[in-house]
Amino acid sequence: MSKILVVAQHDDGQLNVATARAVKCASEVGGEVEVLVLAESGQSIGEAAAQLEGVSKVLVADNAANSQPLAAVLAPQIAKVAQDGGYSHVFGPNTTYGKDLMPRVAALMGVAMVTDIMAVHGAHEFDRPIYAGNAIVTVQADSGQAVVASVRCASYQAAGQGGSAAVEGISVDAELPTHTRYVGLKKEGGDRPDLQSAPRVVSGGRGVGSSENFKVIFDLADKLGAGVGASRAAVDSGYVPNDMQVGQTGKIIAPELYIAVGISGAIQHLAGIKDAGCIVAINSDEDAPIFEVADIGLVGDLFQVLPELQGKL
Amino acid sequence: MKVLVSVKRVVDYNVRIQVKGDGSGVNLDGVKMSMNPFDEIAMEEAVRLKEAGTAEEVIAVTIGGDKAEEQLRSALAFGADRAIHVKVNEEVSPLTAARILKAVFEKEQPGLFLMGKQAIDDDNNQTGQMTSALLGIPQATFAGELKIDGNKATVVREVDAGLETIEVDLPAVVTADLRLNEPRYLKLPDIMKAKRKPVETVSMADLGVEAAPGLTVTKTSPPPARAAGIKVKTVDELVAALKDKGLV
Repeated sequence: MSKILVVAQHDDGQLNVATARAVKCASEVGGEVEVLVLAESGQSIGEAAAQLEGVSKVLVADNAANSQPLAAVLAPQIAKVAQDGGYSHVFGPNTTYGKDLMPRVAALMGVAMVTDIMAVHGAHEFDRPIYAGNAIVTVQADSGQAVVASVRCASYQAAGQGGSAAVEGISVDAELPTHTRYVGLKKEGGDRPDLQSAPRVVSGGRGVGSSENFKVIFDLADKLGAGVGASRAAVDSGYVPNDMQVGQTGKIIAPELYIAVGISGAIQHLAGIKDAGCIVAINSDEDAPIFEVADIGLVGDLFQVLPELQGKL
Repeated sequence: MKVLVSVKRVVDYNVRIQVKGDGSGVNLDGVKMSMNPFDEIAMEEAVRLKEAGTAEEVIAVTIGGDKAEEQLRSALAFGADRAIHVKVNEEVSPLTAARILKAVFEKEQPGLFLMGKQAIDDDNNQTGQMTSALLGIPQATFAGELKIDGNKATVVREVDAGLETIEVDLPAVVTADLRLNEPRYLKLPDIMKAKRKPVETVSMADLGVEAAPGLTVTKTSPPPARAAGIKVKTVDELVAALKDKGLV
Protein backbone atom coordinates (compact mmCIF):
# COMPACT_ATOMS: atom_id res chain seq x y z
CA MET A 1 0.00 0.00 0.00
CA SER A 2 1.16 3.49 -0.75
CA LYS A 3 2.42 5.76 2.00
CA ILE A 4 2.60 9.30 0.70
CA LEU A 5 4.43 12.24 2.21
CA VAL A 6 3.12 15.61 1.04
CA VAL A 7 5.44 18.54 1.64
CA ALA A 8 3.47 21.51 2.95
CA GLN A 9 4.01 24.94 1.46
CA HIS A 10 3.39 27.83 3.80
CA ASP A 11 3.94 31.55 3.74
CA ASP A 12 3.78 34.01 6.63
CA GLY A 13 2.70 31.26 9.01
CA GLN A 14 -0.27 30.24 6.85
CA LEU A 15 -0.73 26.97 5.00
CA ASN A 16 -0.67 27.71 1.25
CA VAL A 17 -3.68 26.35 -0.64
CA ALA A 18 -1.28 24.59 -3.04
CA THR A 19 -0.73 22.06 -0.24
CA ALA A 20 -4.43 21.14 -0.23
CA ARG A 21 -4.30 20.58 -3.98
CA ALA A 22 -1.26 18.31 -3.65
CA VAL A 23 -3.10 16.40 -0.90
CA LYS A 24 -6.07 15.95 -3.25
CA CYS A 25 -3.78 14.42 -5.88
CA ALA A 26 -2.10 12.20 -3.26
CA SER A 27 -5.53 10.96 -2.15
CA GLU A 28 -6.16 9.77 -5.70
CA VAL A 29 -3.09 7.54 -5.47
CA GLY A 30 -4.66 6.01 -2.36
CA GLY A 31 -3.10 4.69 0.84
CA GLU A 32 -1.93 6.78 3.76
CA VAL A 33 -1.40 10.48 3.13
CA GLU A 34 0.78 12.34 5.61
CA VAL A 35 1.83 15.98 5.52
CA LEU A 36 5.28 17.27 6.48
CA VAL A 37 5.58 20.84 7.75
CA LEU A 38 9.09 22.26 7.89
CA ALA A 39 8.99 25.61 9.66
CA GLU A 40 10.55 27.68 12.39
CA SER A 41 7.42 27.19 14.47
CA GLY A 42 4.91 25.10 12.53
CA GLN A 43 2.27 24.00 15.05
CA SER A 44 -0.58 26.17 13.70
CA ILE A 45 0.36 25.35 10.10
CA GLY A 46 0.31 21.68 11.06
CA GLU A 47 -3.11 22.07 12.66
CA ALA A 48 -4.45 23.61 9.44
CA ALA A 49 -3.01 20.71 7.43
CA ALA A 50 -4.57 18.23 9.87
CA GLN A 51 -8.01 19.49 8.88
CA LEU A 52 -7.54 18.57 5.23
CA GLU A 53 -9.68 15.69 4.10
CA GLY A 54 -7.66 12.55 3.39
CA VAL A 55 -4.71 13.40 5.65
CA SER A 56 -3.98 10.70 8.23
CA LYS A 57 -1.07 12.32 10.05
CA VAL A 58 0.85 15.60 10.13
CA LEU A 59 4.53 15.78 11.00
CA VAL A 60 5.91 19.11 12.16
CA ALA A 61 9.68 19.63 12.13
CA ASP A 62 10.48 22.90 13.86
CA ASN A 63 13.91 24.33 13.28
CA ALA A 64 15.15 27.91 13.17
CA ALA A 65 16.90 27.01 9.90
CA ASN A 66 13.46 26.35 8.38
CA SER A 67 12.29 29.94 8.78
CA GLN A 68 12.67 30.56 5.03
CA PRO A 69 11.92 28.32 2.07
CA LEU A 70 15.50 27.48 1.01
CA ALA A 71 15.61 24.27 -1.04
CA ALA A 72 19.20 23.52 -0.04
CA VAL A 73 18.16 23.54 3.64
CA LEU A 74 14.77 21.82 3.34
CA ALA A 75 15.65 19.06 0.85
CA PRO A 76 18.01 17.03 3.10
CA GLN A 77 15.37 17.00 5.84
CA ILE A 78 12.62 15.83 3.46
CA ALA A 79 14.86 13.12 1.99
CA LYS A 80 15.74 11.93 5.49
CA VAL A 81 12.11 11.79 6.68
CA ALA A 82 11.06 10.06 3.44
CA GLN A 83 13.76 7.42 3.65
CA ASP A 84 13.52 6.74 7.38
CA GLY A 85 9.72 6.62 7.24
CA GLY A 86 9.63 4.22 4.28
CA TYR A 87 7.38 6.45 2.19
CA SER A 88 6.52 5.19 -1.29
CA HIS A 89 5.78 8.70 -2.61
CA VAL A 90 6.90 12.25 -1.84
CA PHE A 91 4.68 14.95 -3.35
CA GLY A 92 4.91 18.72 -3.43
CA PRO A 93 3.03 21.43 -5.32
CA ASN A 94 4.33 22.67 -8.68
CA THR A 95 4.54 26.25 -7.42
CA THR A 96 7.95 27.93 -7.63
CA TYR A 97 8.45 26.60 -4.08
CA GLY A 98 7.90 22.98 -5.15
CA LYS A 99 9.67 23.34 -8.49
CA ASP A 100 12.77 24.57 -6.71
CA LEU A 101 12.62 21.99 -3.93
CA MET A 102 11.38 18.63 -5.22
CA PRO A 103 14.11 17.87 -7.79
CA ARG A 104 16.69 18.47 -5.08
CA VAL A 105 14.85 15.96 -2.88
CA ALA A 106 14.71 13.41 -5.72
CA ALA A 107 18.43 13.76 -6.46
CA LEU A 108 19.34 13.32 -2.79
CA MET A 109 17.20 10.17 -2.72
CA GLY A 110 18.72 9.01 -6.04
CA VAL A 111 15.33 8.56 -7.71
CA ALA A 112 13.55 9.90 -10.79
CA MET A 113 11.00 12.66 -10.46
CA VAL A 114 7.62 13.24 -12.10
CA THR A 115 7.07 16.95 -12.80
CA ASP A 116 3.53 18.35 -12.96
CA ILE A 117 1.26 15.35 -12.32
CA MET A 118 -2.07 16.19 -13.96
CA ALA A 119 -3.76 12.77 -13.68
CA VAL A 120 -3.18 9.64 -11.62
CA HIS A 121 -3.72 6.26 -13.30
CA GLY A 122 -2.18 4.13 -10.59
CA ALA A 123 0.42 4.26 -7.85
CA HIS A 124 3.20 4.48 -10.45
CA GLU A 125 1.43 5.75 -13.56
CA PHE A 126 0.74 9.42 -14.16
CA ASP A 127 -0.02 11.93 -16.89
CA ARG A 128 2.10 15.03 -17.25
CA PRO A 129 2.29 17.83 -19.82
CA ILE A 130 5.26 18.39 -22.15
CA TYR A 131 5.86 21.08 -24.80
CA ALA A 132 3.96 23.71 -22.81
CA GLY A 133 0.94 21.45 -22.56
CA ASN A 134 0.75 20.82 -26.30
CA ALA A 135 1.22 17.11 -25.63
CA ILE A 136 0.48 14.90 -22.64
CA VAL A 137 2.64 11.91 -21.77
CA THR A 138 1.67 8.96 -19.64
CA VAL A 139 4.70 7.95 -17.61
CA GLN A 140 5.47 4.85 -15.61
CA ALA A 141 7.72 5.20 -12.59
CA ASP A 142 9.85 2.35 -11.26
CA SER A 143 7.69 0.56 -8.67
CA GLY A 144 10.80 -0.54 -6.81
CA GLN A 145 11.65 3.03 -5.86
CA ALA A 146 10.03 5.97 -4.13
CA VAL A 147 8.25 8.37 -6.49
CA VAL A 148 9.11 12.03 -6.02
CA ALA A 149 6.67 14.30 -7.83
CA SER A 150 5.28 17.78 -8.16
CA VAL A 151 1.53 18.16 -8.55
CA ARG A 152 0.14 20.46 -11.21
CA CYS A 153 -2.09 22.53 -8.93
CA ALA A 154 -4.37 23.71 -11.74
CA SER A 155 -5.45 20.10 -12.30
CA TYR A 156 -6.68 19.54 -8.74
CA GLN A 157 -9.29 21.12 -6.49
CA ALA A 158 -8.15 21.77 -2.94
CA ALA A 159 -8.86 18.88 -0.56
CA GLY A 160 -11.88 19.68 1.59
CA GLN A 161 -11.92 20.53 5.28
CA GLY A 162 -13.25 18.21 7.94
CA GLY A 163 -10.24 16.03 8.58
CA SER A 164 -8.87 15.55 12.08
CA ALA A 165 -5.43 14.05 11.73
CA ALA A 166 -2.98 13.87 14.60
CA VAL A 167 -0.19 16.45 14.64
CA GLU A 168 3.14 15.08 15.75
CA GLY A 169 6.31 17.05 16.42
CA ILE A 170 9.45 15.43 15.05
CA SER A 171 13.13 16.26 14.99
CA VAL A 172 15.07 15.48 11.86
CA ASP A 173 18.67 14.47 12.10
CA ALA A 174 20.11 15.85 8.88
CA GLU A 175 23.15 17.96 8.20
CA LEU A 176 22.01 21.37 6.98
CA PRO A 177 24.18 23.56 4.76
CA THR A 178 24.89 27.21 5.47
CA HIS A 179 26.02 28.02 1.94
CA THR A 180 22.63 29.47 0.98
CA ARG A 181 21.18 32.45 2.80
CA TYR A 182 17.84 34.19 2.52
CA VAL A 183 17.99 37.95 2.04
CA GLY A 184 14.42 39.06 1.45
CA LEU A 185 11.21 39.00 -0.54
CA LYS A 186 9.71 41.88 -2.45
CA LYS A 187 6.00 41.32 -2.92
CA GLU A 188 4.49 43.12 -5.83
CA GLY A 189 0.92 41.86 -5.99
CA GLY A 190 -0.79 44.21 -3.53
CA ASP A 191 -4.00 43.34 -1.72
CA ARG A 192 -5.93 41.71 -4.55
CA PRO A 193 -6.94 38.04 -4.47
CA ASP A 194 -4.08 35.64 -5.08
CA LEU A 195 -3.82 34.91 -8.79
CA GLN A 196 -3.33 31.18 -8.32
CA SER A 197 -6.34 30.59 -6.11
CA ALA A 198 -8.78 33.33 -7.17
CA PRO A 199 -12.01 31.96 -8.69
CA ARG A 200 -12.10 34.92 -11.08
CA VAL A 201 -9.15 36.44 -12.92
CA VAL A 202 -8.94 39.40 -15.30
CA SER A 203 -5.77 39.61 -17.40
CA GLY A 204 -4.41 42.32 -19.66
CA GLY A 205 -2.07 42.01 -22.62
CA ARG A 206 -0.07 44.19 -24.94
CA GLY A 207 -3.32 45.68 -26.23
CA VAL A 208 -3.75 47.53 -22.95
CA GLY A 209 -0.89 49.73 -24.12
CA SER A 210 0.67 51.11 -20.95
CA SER A 211 1.12 50.82 -17.23
CA GLU A 212 -1.38 53.68 -16.69
CA ASN A 213 -3.96 52.04 -18.94
CA PHE A 214 -3.83 48.89 -16.80
CA LYS A 215 -6.15 50.81 -14.46
CA VAL A 216 -9.10 49.65 -16.58
CA ILE A 217 -8.07 46.03 -15.90
CA PHE A 218 -7.67 46.64 -12.16
CA ASP A 219 -11.02 48.48 -12.02
CA LEU A 220 -12.91 45.61 -13.66
CA ALA A 221 -11.11 43.09 -11.44
CA ASP A 222 -12.03 45.04 -8.31
CA LYS A 223 -15.66 45.15 -9.41
CA LEU A 224 -15.60 41.35 -9.82
CA GLY A 225 -13.44 40.67 -6.76
CA ALA A 226 -11.02 39.08 -9.19
CA GLY A 227 -7.27 38.52 -9.24
CA VAL A 228 -5.27 40.34 -11.91
CA GLY A 229 -2.93 38.68 -14.39
CA ALA A 230 -1.04 39.67 -17.51
CA SER A 231 0.42 38.18 -20.64
CA ARG A 232 4.17 37.87 -21.10
CA ALA A 233 4.01 40.69 -23.66
CA ALA A 234 2.49 43.03 -21.08
CA VAL A 235 5.11 42.06 -18.50
CA ASP A 236 7.99 42.37 -20.96
CA SER A 237 6.69 45.79 -21.97
CA GLY A 238 6.95 46.81 -18.33
CA TYR A 239 3.22 47.49 -17.81
CA VAL A 240 3.07 45.25 -14.73
CA PRO A 241 5.49 43.22 -12.57
CA ASN A 242 6.56 39.71 -13.52
CA ASP A 243 4.70 37.93 -10.73
CA MET A 244 1.47 38.73 -12.58
CA GLN A 245 2.47 36.75 -15.66
CA VAL A 246 0.10 33.98 -16.66
CA GLY A 247 1.38 31.30 -19.02
CA GLN A 248 3.84 28.49 -19.49
CA THR A 249 6.70 30.40 -17.93
CA GLY A 250 4.53 32.33 -15.49
CA LYS A 251 1.60 31.06 -13.49
CA ILE A 252 -0.63 28.23 -14.60
CA ILE A 253 -4.10 28.92 -13.28
CA ALA A 254 -7.56 27.39 -13.34
CA PRO A 255 -10.12 30.01 -12.25
CA GLU A 256 -13.85 29.53 -12.85
CA LEU A 257 -13.89 32.71 -14.93
CA TYR A 258 -10.94 34.06 -16.91
CA ILE A 259 -11.30 37.34 -18.78
CA ALA A 260 -8.49 37.97 -21.28
CA VAL A 261 -8.36 41.61 -22.36
CA GLY A 262 -6.16 42.76 -25.22
CA ILE A 263 -4.37 39.41 -25.21
CA SER A 264 -3.72 37.86 -28.61
CA GLY A 265 -3.34 34.33 -27.23
CA ALA A 266 0.23 33.15 -27.82
CA ILE A 267 0.71 29.40 -27.26
CA GLN A 268 2.68 30.03 -24.13
CA HIS A 269 -0.15 32.13 -22.65
CA LEU A 270 -2.80 29.57 -23.55
CA ALA A 271 -0.74 26.91 -21.78
CA GLY A 272 -1.41 28.78 -18.56
CA ILE A 273 -5.20 29.02 -18.83
CA LYS A 274 -6.29 25.73 -20.43
CA ASP A 275 -8.02 24.55 -17.28
CA ALA A 276 -10.07 27.70 -16.72
CA GLY A 277 -13.81 27.03 -16.40
CA CYS A 278 -14.90 29.80 -18.78
CA ILE A 279 -12.58 31.93 -20.90
CA VAL A 280 -13.87 35.30 -22.05
CA ALA A 281 -11.82 37.13 -24.70
CA ILE A 282 -12.10 40.83 -25.42
CA ASN A 283 -9.89 41.93 -28.29
CA SER A 284 -10.08 44.40 -31.16
CA ASP A 285 -8.51 41.90 -33.59
CA GLU A 286 -11.14 39.40 -34.63
CA ASP A 287 -8.44 37.03 -35.93
CA ALA A 288 -6.59 36.84 -32.60
CA PRO A 289 -5.87 33.19 -31.67
CA ILE A 290 -7.39 33.75 -28.23
CA PHE A 291 -10.83 33.49 -29.87
CA GLU A 292 -10.07 29.88 -30.86
CA VAL A 293 -10.10 28.84 -27.22
CA ALA A 294 -12.49 31.40 -25.75
CA ASP A 295 -15.90 30.26 -24.57
CA ILE A 296 -17.24 33.75 -25.10
CA GLY A 297 -15.57 36.22 -27.47
CA LEU A 298 -16.27 39.90 -27.97
CA VAL A 299 -14.53 41.86 -30.72
CA GLY A 300 -14.22 45.46 -29.64
CA ASP A 301 -12.14 48.30 -28.24
CA LEU A 302 -11.28 47.38 -24.68
CA PHE A 303 -11.34 51.02 -23.58
CA GLN A 304 -15.03 51.19 -24.51
CA VAL A 305 -15.99 47.64 -23.60
CA LEU A 306 -14.47 47.49 -20.12
CA PRO A 307 -16.06 50.59 -18.59
CA GLU A 308 -19.41 49.57 -20.09
CA LEU A 309 -19.03 46.02 -18.77
CA GLN A 310 -18.07 47.31 -15.34
CA GLY A 311 -21.17 49.50 -15.30
CA LYS A 312 -23.48 46.66 -16.25
CA LEU A 313 -22.22 44.04 -13.81
CA MET B 1 36.63 32.44 -12.57
CA LYS B 2 35.53 29.79 -15.01
CA VAL B 3 31.86 29.70 -15.95
CA LEU B 4 30.26 26.49 -17.19
CA VAL B 5 27.01 26.69 -19.17
CA SER B 6 24.88 23.74 -20.25
CA VAL B 7 22.87 23.94 -23.45
CA LYS B 8 20.27 21.58 -24.87
CA ARG B 9 19.10 20.98 -28.42
CA VAL B 10 15.30 21.22 -28.49
CA VAL B 11 12.47 21.81 -30.95
CA ASP B 12 12.46 25.51 -31.84
CA TYR B 13 10.04 27.45 -29.65
CA ASN B 14 8.13 28.72 -32.69
CA VAL B 15 7.24 25.23 -33.88
CA ARG B 16 3.74 24.02 -33.18
CA ILE B 17 4.43 20.38 -32.35
CA GLN B 18 2.25 17.49 -33.53
CA VAL B 19 1.60 14.30 -31.59
CA LYS B 20 2.02 11.16 -33.72
CA GLY B 21 -1.24 9.41 -34.54
CA ASP B 22 -0.17 6.14 -32.91
CA GLY B 23 0.61 7.84 -29.59
CA SER B 24 4.28 6.89 -29.78
CA GLY B 25 5.59 10.39 -29.35
CA VAL B 26 5.92 13.82 -30.90
CA ASN B 27 6.73 14.11 -34.59
CA LEU B 28 10.28 15.45 -34.89
CA ASP B 29 10.87 14.68 -38.59
CA GLY B 30 12.10 17.75 -40.42
CA VAL B 31 11.27 19.99 -37.46
CA LYS B 32 13.48 23.01 -36.83
CA MET B 33 15.76 22.53 -33.82
CA SER B 34 17.39 25.28 -31.75
CA MET B 35 19.16 25.94 -28.51
CA ASN B 36 16.71 25.86 -25.59
CA PRO B 37 15.71 29.54 -25.10
CA PHE B 38 16.44 29.53 -21.36
CA ASP B 39 19.92 28.15 -22.14
CA GLU B 40 20.47 31.06 -24.52
CA ILE B 41 19.77 33.38 -21.61
CA ALA B 42 22.23 31.43 -19.43
CA MET B 43 24.79 31.61 -22.24
CA GLU B 44 24.28 35.36 -22.65
CA GLU B 45 24.74 35.90 -18.91
CA ALA B 46 28.00 33.96 -18.93
CA VAL B 47 29.34 35.97 -21.86
CA ARG B 48 28.36 39.23 -20.16
CA LEU B 49 30.29 38.11 -17.06
CA LYS B 50 33.31 37.57 -19.27
CA GLU B 51 32.87 40.94 -20.96
CA ALA B 52 32.65 42.57 -17.53
CA GLY B 53 35.92 40.91 -16.51
CA THR B 54 34.26 38.74 -13.83
CA ALA B 55 34.77 35.51 -15.76
CA GLU B 56 38.00 34.52 -17.46
CA GLU B 57 36.71 31.56 -19.40
CA VAL B 58 33.28 30.39 -20.56
CA ILE B 59 32.80 26.70 -21.32
CA ALA B 60 29.65 25.33 -22.96
CA VAL B 61 28.56 21.74 -22.45
CA THR B 62 25.84 19.71 -24.11
CA ILE B 63 24.54 16.16 -23.86
CA GLY B 64 23.18 14.71 -27.07
CA GLY B 65 23.74 13.05 -30.43
CA ASP B 66 25.95 14.24 -33.30
CA LYS B 67 23.61 17.05 -34.28
CA ALA B 68 23.78 18.66 -30.85
CA GLU B 69 27.12 20.04 -32.05
CA GLU B 70 25.08 22.68 -33.92
CA GLN B 71 23.90 24.08 -30.59
CA LEU B 72 27.45 23.98 -29.22
CA ARG B 73 28.56 26.01 -32.24
CA SER B 74 25.81 28.53 -31.40
CA ALA B 75 27.13 28.66 -27.85
CA LEU B 76 30.63 29.31 -29.22
CA ALA B 77 29.21 32.03 -31.46
CA PHE B 78 27.67 33.65 -28.38
CA GLY B 79 31.17 33.87 -27.00
CA ALA B 80 32.01 30.62 -25.22
CA ASP B 81 35.75 29.92 -25.43
CA ARG B 82 35.44 26.17 -25.85
CA ALA B 83 32.86 23.43 -25.66
CA ILE B 84 32.37 19.90 -24.38
CA HIS B 85 30.10 17.50 -26.24
CA VAL B 86 28.98 14.56 -24.13
CA LYS B 87 27.88 12.26 -26.91
CA VAL B 88 24.83 10.23 -26.00
CA ASN B 89 22.47 8.98 -28.67
CA GLU B 90 19.48 8.04 -26.54
CA GLU B 91 17.39 10.42 -24.42
CA VAL B 92 18.78 10.87 -20.94
CA SER B 93 16.66 11.38 -17.82
CA PRO B 94 17.21 14.57 -15.80
CA LEU B 95 18.97 12.57 -13.08
CA THR B 96 21.33 11.02 -15.63
CA ALA B 97 21.95 14.47 -17.10
CA ALA B 98 22.71 15.71 -13.60
CA ARG B 99 25.21 12.88 -13.06
CA ILE B 100 26.92 13.74 -16.35
CA LEU B 101 27.01 17.46 -15.58
CA LYS B 102 28.37 16.72 -12.10
CA ALA B 103 31.25 14.79 -13.68
CA VAL B 104 31.96 17.63 -16.12
CA PHE B 105 31.80 20.15 -13.29
CA GLU B 106 34.30 18.15 -11.21
CA LYS B 107 36.66 17.99 -14.15
CA GLU B 108 36.44 21.68 -14.99
CA GLN B 109 36.05 23.13 -11.47
CA PRO B 110 34.13 26.26 -12.52
CA GLY B 111 33.20 28.97 -10.05
CA LEU B 112 29.70 29.19 -11.49
CA PHE B 113 27.43 26.80 -13.39
CA LEU B 114 24.72 28.54 -15.39
CA MET B 115 21.78 26.65 -16.89
CA GLY B 116 18.33 27.41 -18.26
CA LYS B 117 15.58 26.90 -15.69
CA GLN B 118 13.92 24.27 -17.85
CA ALA B 119 14.04 22.81 -21.34
CA ILE B 120 10.99 23.65 -23.40
CA ASP B 121 10.62 20.12 -24.78
CA ASP B 122 10.03 17.94 -21.73
CA ASP B 123 9.42 20.89 -19.35
CA ASN B 124 10.90 18.93 -16.47
CA ASN B 125 12.61 21.77 -14.63
CA GLN B 126 14.80 19.32 -12.70
CA THR B 127 18.35 19.19 -14.03
CA GLY B 128 19.79 22.31 -12.37
CA GLN B 129 18.41 21.45 -8.95
CA MET B 130 19.54 17.82 -9.27
CA THR B 131 23.04 18.75 -10.39
CA SER B 132 23.57 21.11 -7.47
CA ALA B 133 22.15 18.50 -5.07
CA LEU B 134 24.57 15.85 -6.32
CA LEU B 135 27.45 18.30 -6.07
CA GLY B 136 26.35 19.45 -2.62
CA ILE B 137 26.57 23.08 -3.70
CA PRO B 138 23.99 25.91 -3.60
CA GLN B 139 21.25 26.33 -6.19
CA ALA B 140 19.64 29.61 -7.20
CA THR B 141 16.80 28.76 -9.55
CA PHE B 142 14.62 31.10 -11.67
CA ALA B 143 17.24 33.87 -11.59
CA GLY B 144 16.07 37.27 -12.77
CA GLU B 145 19.19 39.10 -11.61
CA LEU B 146 22.68 37.87 -10.79
CA LYS B 147 25.48 39.74 -9.06
CA ILE B 148 28.87 38.19 -8.38
CA ASP B 149 30.92 39.58 -5.54
CA GLY B 150 34.12 37.67 -4.84
CA ASN B 151 33.21 34.17 -3.75
CA LYS B 152 29.54 34.99 -3.27
CA ALA B 153 26.61 35.58 -5.60
CA THR B 154 23.44 37.51 -4.91
CA VAL B 155 20.51 36.25 -6.95
CA VAL B 156 17.05 37.75 -7.33
CA ARG B 157 14.68 34.86 -7.99
CA GLU B 158 11.33 35.09 -9.76
CA VAL B 159 8.99 33.32 -7.35
CA ASP B 160 5.19 33.17 -7.19
CA ALA B 161 4.96 35.74 -4.43
CA GLY B 162 7.27 38.28 -6.08
CA LEU B 163 11.03 38.69 -6.16
CA GLU B 164 13.07 36.73 -3.64
CA THR B 165 16.71 37.56 -3.01
CA ILE B 166 19.18 34.96 -1.78
CA GLU B 167 22.92 34.93 -1.28
CA VAL B 168 24.92 31.84 -2.13
CA ASP B 169 28.54 30.82 -1.73
CA LEU B 170 30.33 29.95 -4.96
CA PRO B 171 30.55 27.62 -6.70
CA ALA B 172 26.81 27.40 -7.26
CA VAL B 173 24.30 26.38 -9.89
CA VAL B 174 22.19 29.30 -11.13
CA THR B 175 19.26 28.64 -13.45
CA ALA B 176 18.12 31.43 -15.74
CA ASP B 177 14.58 32.74 -15.95
CA LEU B 178 13.21 34.89 -18.76
CA ARG B 179 14.12 38.30 -17.43
CA LEU B 180 17.75 37.67 -16.56
CA ASN B 181 18.75 39.30 -19.83
CA GLU B 182 17.89 39.54 -23.50
CA PRO B 183 20.20 37.32 -25.54
CA ARG B 184 22.09 38.99 -28.39
CA TYR B 185 21.58 38.19 -32.04
CA LEU B 186 24.42 36.11 -33.37
CA LYS B 187 26.46 37.93 -36.00
CA LEU B 188 27.96 36.21 -39.04
CA PRO B 189 31.61 36.90 -38.10
CA ASP B 190 31.00 35.34 -34.68
CA ILE B 191 29.33 32.32 -36.27
CA MET B 192 32.33 31.92 -38.59
CA LYS B 193 34.78 32.32 -35.72
CA ALA B 194 32.86 29.71 -33.71
CA LYS B 195 33.65 27.08 -36.34
CA ARG B 196 37.31 27.21 -35.38
CA LYS B 197 36.86 27.04 -31.62
CA PRO B 198 37.67 23.73 -29.91
CA VAL B 199 34.99 21.15 -29.14
CA GLU B 200 35.99 18.19 -27.01
CA THR B 201 33.93 15.04 -27.41
CA VAL B 202 33.52 12.62 -24.51
CA SER B 203 31.27 9.68 -23.71
CA MET B 204 29.44 8.83 -20.50
CA ALA B 205 31.95 6.01 -20.01
CA ASP B 206 34.84 8.48 -20.34
CA LEU B 207 33.27 10.43 -17.50
CA GLY B 208 32.60 7.30 -15.48
CA VAL B 209 28.87 7.93 -15.38
CA GLU B 210 26.12 5.31 -15.44
CA ALA B 211 22.53 6.02 -16.41
CA ALA B 212 20.22 6.80 -13.49
CA PRO B 213 16.65 5.56 -13.11
CA GLY B 214 14.14 7.36 -15.26
CA LEU B 215 10.51 7.25 -16.21
CA THR B 216 9.10 5.15 -19.03
CA VAL B 217 6.79 7.00 -21.38
CA THR B 218 3.97 4.61 -22.30
CA LYS B 219 1.81 6.97 -24.34
CA THR B 220 1.83 10.46 -25.84
CA SER B 221 -1.51 12.15 -26.51
CA PRO B 222 -2.69 15.51 -27.75
CA PRO B 223 -4.17 17.69 -25.01
CA PRO B 224 -7.96 17.69 -24.70
CA ALA B 225 -9.30 20.40 -26.99
CA ARG B 226 -11.52 23.12 -25.62
CA ALA B 227 -14.95 23.17 -27.21
CA ALA B 228 -15.54 26.01 -29.65
CA GLY B 229 -17.22 28.95 -27.98
CA ILE B 230 -19.60 31.67 -29.03
CA LYS B 231 -19.04 35.22 -30.22
CA VAL B 232 -21.16 38.01 -28.81
CA LYS B 233 -21.61 41.40 -30.43
CA THR B 234 -22.36 43.69 -27.52
CA VAL B 235 -21.54 44.10 -23.87
CA ASP B 236 -25.21 43.38 -23.05
CA GLU B 237 -24.95 40.02 -24.77
CA LEU B 238 -21.72 39.33 -22.89
CA VAL B 239 -23.32 40.13 -19.54
CA ALA B 240 -26.32 37.95 -20.45
CA ALA B 241 -24.05 35.05 -21.43
CA LEU B 242 -22.09 35.34 -18.17
CA LYS B 243 -25.31 35.46 -16.15
CA ASP B 244 -26.60 32.47 -18.08
CA LYS B 245 -23.55 30.48 -16.98
CA GLY B 246 -23.97 31.69 -13.41
CA LEU B 247 -20.56 33.37 -13.46
CA VAL B 248 -21.62 36.85 -12.34
